[in-house]
Amino acid sequence: MVQNIINVKNLSKSFDISSKEPGFKGTIKHFFRRQTKSLKVIKDISFEIKEGEIVGFLGANGAGKTTILKMLCGLIYPSEGSILVSGYLPFRRKENFLKNITLIMGQKQQLIWDLPPIESFYLNASIYDLDKFEAKKRIKKLSEMLEIDEELFIPVRKLSLGQRMKSELLAALIHEPNILFLDEPTLGLDINAQRNLRKFLQRYNKETNATICLTSHYMKDITSLCKRVICVHEGRISYNGKLDLLLKKLSPVKEILIVCRTEEDAIKLENSGFSVKNKIKNEITIKIENHSITSSLKTILNNFDIEDLFINEPPIDEVIGKVLIKKNYDI
Amino acid sequence: MLEYRVEIALWAISGIIPFFMLNIWTNNNLNESINISDVSLSRYFLCAFFVRQFSVVWVVFSFEEDSLMGKVSPYLIQPLNPFFRYFAQHLAEQITRFPFALIIAFFFFIFNPESIWIPNLGILLLSIVSTFLSFLIQFLIQSIVACLCFWTEKASSIERLLFIPTLFLSGLLAPVVSFPAYVKSWIYLTPFPYLIDFPANLLSGNETNISGGLTMQILWIFLLFPLFKKIWTEGTKKYTAMGS
Repeated sequence: MVQNIINVKNLSKSFDISSKEPGFKGTIKHFFRRQTKSLKVIKDISFEIKEGEIVGFLGANGAGKTTILKMLCGLIYPSEGSILVSGYLPFRRKENFLKNITLIMGQKQQLIWDLPPIESFYLNASIYDLDKFEAKKRIKKLSEMLEIDEELFIPVRKLSLGQRMKSELLAALIHEPNILFLDEPTLGLDINAQRNLRKFLQRYNKETNATICLTSHYMKDITSLCKRVICVHEGRISYNGKLDLLLKKLSPVKEILIVCRTEEDAIKLENSGFSVKNKIKNEITIKIENHSITSSLKTILNNFDIEDLFINEPPIDEVIGKVLIKKNYDI
Repeated sequence: MLEYRVEIALWAISGIIPFFMLNIWTNNNLNESINISDVSLSRYFLCAFFVRQFSVVWVVFSFEEDSLMGKVSPYLIQPLNPFFRYFAQHLAEQITRFPFALIIAFFFFIFNPESIWIPNLGILLLSIVSTFLSFLIQFLIQSIVACLCFWTEKASSIERLLFIPTLFLSGLLAPVVSFPAYVKSWIYLTPFPYLIDFPANLLSGNETNISGGLTMQILWIFLLFPLFKKIWTEGTKKYTAMGS
């Protein structure tokens, strides 16, 4: 049986936020009598993640998903509740725990700006107690997987965003962590670079059985990497489960565009009891519930003269968008 | 690369306050009032320049910027205290400054040939140790102040308050021996005279209590280090990973 590698119970996090009114008067007031209020950004959440799982954290901006990742990797201290990651309390930042994890934040650099990435890789290798031979071996392996080669010897400031992101990944993975926390890893990358990064993460997960916790606003990242998602809404978990179940629940019908041989066939089909969305000449669009799609298509193909048909999935962004604004999804 | 070379040269030149002070002291014959010869005084300020070059610390500014911009976050989840990075950066810069400091010393001796002297090997080694200890004290003081970023977000303002006593009491503007006796007795209880005055006097061959000075430097390090550890542990609990 696969073990839970992350256990979170009744976790909450509050931040003290000070607010300032605009203008000179506001500045003076802020200087002498600062107004501070406590803002609870994570509210009593609990979940588990199994070893080797890739879990996507979904939520609107400010929902709290990045704060959850920061607490999971030990970067910030939880206000209430407990977190156990790989048997460790993350915030204690024990050496063995830190050697097992990595955190990648979209646009945040850990590479030394004025030096080629290879220098940062060797520095990280020393920090993680890797000898030069082992470091060289891992840099070679990861650079092949990430398809970077010449870029290793060019100063970071001269690399493109995509090349920098790949180098960041290599720097973050040189110690072969078995838990990856990725916060918007494809932010700002072009479509090809995004695809390559996703392919790399899939391969890394397959080869090392690493657990990956991921946040992204690009739905393609979530759909191609994550079987399971945790949706966060205003600091609370609104859904925690399989992605395909969520999609089925949120879009229970499919739209089917049917091109009939003649307009008469289209009219016959229109009057046969299916839920029709629209009809233009011999083309008719009908809505069929997911569970009855096979039987309905069989009926249509057997009873009507069909030239062509297209099954349209609703756009994933649209479907997930519904999750981000709703408090709770029970499936 | 040219801009980097120029930057390094400017770093070295930026520490020439002791030479201005030497000029003020000798032009006004102020040294006569404290019974220090011109030669001793010029050697003192040259040594003060060298000590300053190899003990100057700016960690509070680097840490503050990194902390506010969220750059500290990736370092915090590595099995190495981020301050080791800053420590290594300072050491690397000191090595880079060395040739430029030698060039400045060369020109100093051309204009002040009577000040040329060769310290004996033992004194030279003790001076290097003392300068390194001075660097450690300053690094620890600034690291403690830098950790206040976890509470105030503007720790460099507090550092500026410390800069005033550092400037006046460290021996950068005047040898501590020039202060009145009752002030001196108080100054020697602070860490400041062990930052510039003591190592500079040691290197320049002026009369100084070597064992007492080194003991005080080590004592300050032993006092400051646990304080840094404590404030670091408490501060990281307050870290909010701003800017990321």
